[in-house]
Amino acid sequence: MVGLAMAGINRSAAQLLATIVGNKKVGQYHQILISVGELVSQCKPGNFVAISVGGPNSKMVLRRAFAISRTTTSPQFGGAIELIVAPHGNGSTWLCGLAEGEQIDITLPLGTAFGIPTTNVNALLVGGGYGSAPLFGLAEVLKERGCRVDMLLGASTAAKIYAPLEGKRSVNSLRIFTEDGSMGETGRITAPIPQLVSELQIDVIYSCGPMAMLKAISEILSGGDVVHQCAVEEAMACGIGICMTCVLPVKDPSGKISNLRSCIDGPVMDGASIQWDLVGKTVVL
Amino acid sequence: MSQLDFSTTLGNAWFPTPIFTASGCASSGKELAQFFDLRDMGAIVTKSIMSKPRAGRATPRMAETPSGMLNSIGLQGPGIDAFLANDLAWLVEQKARIIVSIAGETAEEFASLARRLRGVAGISALEVNISCPNVENRGMVFACHLESAQNVIEGVRRTIGGDLPIIAKLSPDVTDIVSIARGVVDAGADGLALINTVLGMVINPNTMRPHLGGRTGGLSGPAIRPIAVRAIFQVHEALPKVPILGMGGVSSGADAFELIMAGASGVSVGTASFGNPTAIVKIQNELRQILKDKGFTSLREAIGFAHRPESSVR
Repeated sequence: MVGLAMAGINRSAAQLLATIVGNKKVGQYHQILISVGELVSQCKPGNFVAISVGGPNSKMVLRRAFAISRTTTSPQFGGAIELIVAPHGNGSTWLCGLAEGEQIDITLPLGTAFGIPTTNVNALLVGGGYGSAPLFGLAEVLKERGCRVDMLLGASTAAKIYAPLEGKRSVNSLRIFTEDGSMGETGRITAPIPQLVSELQIDVIYSCGPMAMLKAISEILSGGDVVHQCAVEEAMACGIGICMTCVLPVKDPSGKISNLRSCIDGPVMDGASIQWDLVGKTVVL
Repeated sequence: MSQLDFSTTLGNAWFPTPIFTASGCASSGKELAQFFDLRDMGAIVTKSIMSKPRAGRATPRMAETPSGMLNSIGLQGPGIDAFLANDLAWLVEQKARIIVSIAGETAEEFASLARRLRGVAGISALEVNISCPNVENRGMVFACHLESAQNVIEGVRRTIGGDLPIIAKLSPDVTDIVSIARGVVDAGADGLALINTVLGMVINPNTMRPHLGGRTGGLSGPAIRPIAVRAIFQVHEALPKVPILGMGGVSSGADAFELIMAGASGVSVGTASFGNPTAIVKIQNELRQILKDKGFTSLREAIGFAHRPESSVR
């Protein structure tokens, strides 16, 4: 394990060979548990892990980034992180196929974490698809702080909703939306937000999910006082800030727009600062 | 067991090991410093710096390909002022050995960057990136045209004076890389960086359009290693006295050894660091072991070994 903490970027991060201690299929997702020892105490809700995939002779040369959904400690395997992985591409499918006891090369914890308020505020957590995964760990932390925590989960269809039973205990209310009506209420997850914000006197929205959802929430909150902390999803090659591929246009307090790396200046960013209309466009300095 | 002299030189610059970062693959060092001590490698080659801050190309900027990837960054960077004040100052403070990479839209911009770097303490060499493929205008790929390539190098040489080694970074996307190499050496380059990425494209089957925001991108990773080996071999054969900083898909000590046998005096590691933040340390250790196992007492003896007649093979 290495970690020199010289420059202050990802200063708790380390690279290690870690053992898979659990791999359980939950609906369309895999709940993967990885033993990471004492590093678990450095992992905060919002942080992610970058995993080398495919084995030593793989043609996949880049790491895959996954949000840490939860951390846990047990006498059996010590500190462990949990990932919720959808076997979409070759890398995630390989990871989902690993058995308990197999080792993987991981780098963690990476990126920014969700900011935790110092006072007990009213928080609304909004998760799209398996983007909901890190929100359950966040909900626990917020509840411990005495916050009121309400949660909205949404997906196109029931099978894509990730809502573990134990997660429901850590929220005051949970509403589920599917676009095809196969679970919960029919419609888009963003529809009830304006009403909820005023009814529940929401101070902060924490969101994680597809970029279109994050953008829609930012537009709903535009001009208001509600803080929007969103965990973004951009394609990354390295996860540690050296490849410059995962950038998003962000405005700083002085009004200057620049392309920030979502791996080290994110994944948790201020939704009001991201210039959503410029995503995928050339930024003129 | 005899000791191995692992050091190398590029022009008059000396480095304790022959393993470097590749420009554009290590930002300005702070990110990798979390994973290993930057002083442990030959030098950090910084991301190519331009005169003004630059936002770079639109996303998506990346596509993974079999044993490689395409990138389309477009030289995003803070500009020379912020680079000198923040990035370079930090690297100097770390006591890292530094090769500063520069890029420009015109020969004049290259020369003015050289002027800003002239006399700055702590720089071992200057990489002149005349071959970035991710620019709007292919005319900016100076290394594809002999005269434009020479113009840039002449301008930088004239400005920087005689001391700091100039390493010209060339593109493999040319018909005859040897003639370009010869041309830039005649124009004043002390060394050559071979190779920049290879121009490529991926079309997204869902959108049915080019995947990258910039449409084309630079291909890197193990997929291009044979192209690098070929280019280094050809140039070393023609210009055996000109030091080459080799790069292209190196992810193991054996890969680095291959480039060295082709004629590289040093080897840069790029894409491999994306997949493994400590790739440089691993490659360095493996290469040292390979050289010892093969019975070399110095790295220098191995440089260009593949060119030697059969009778000298160990």
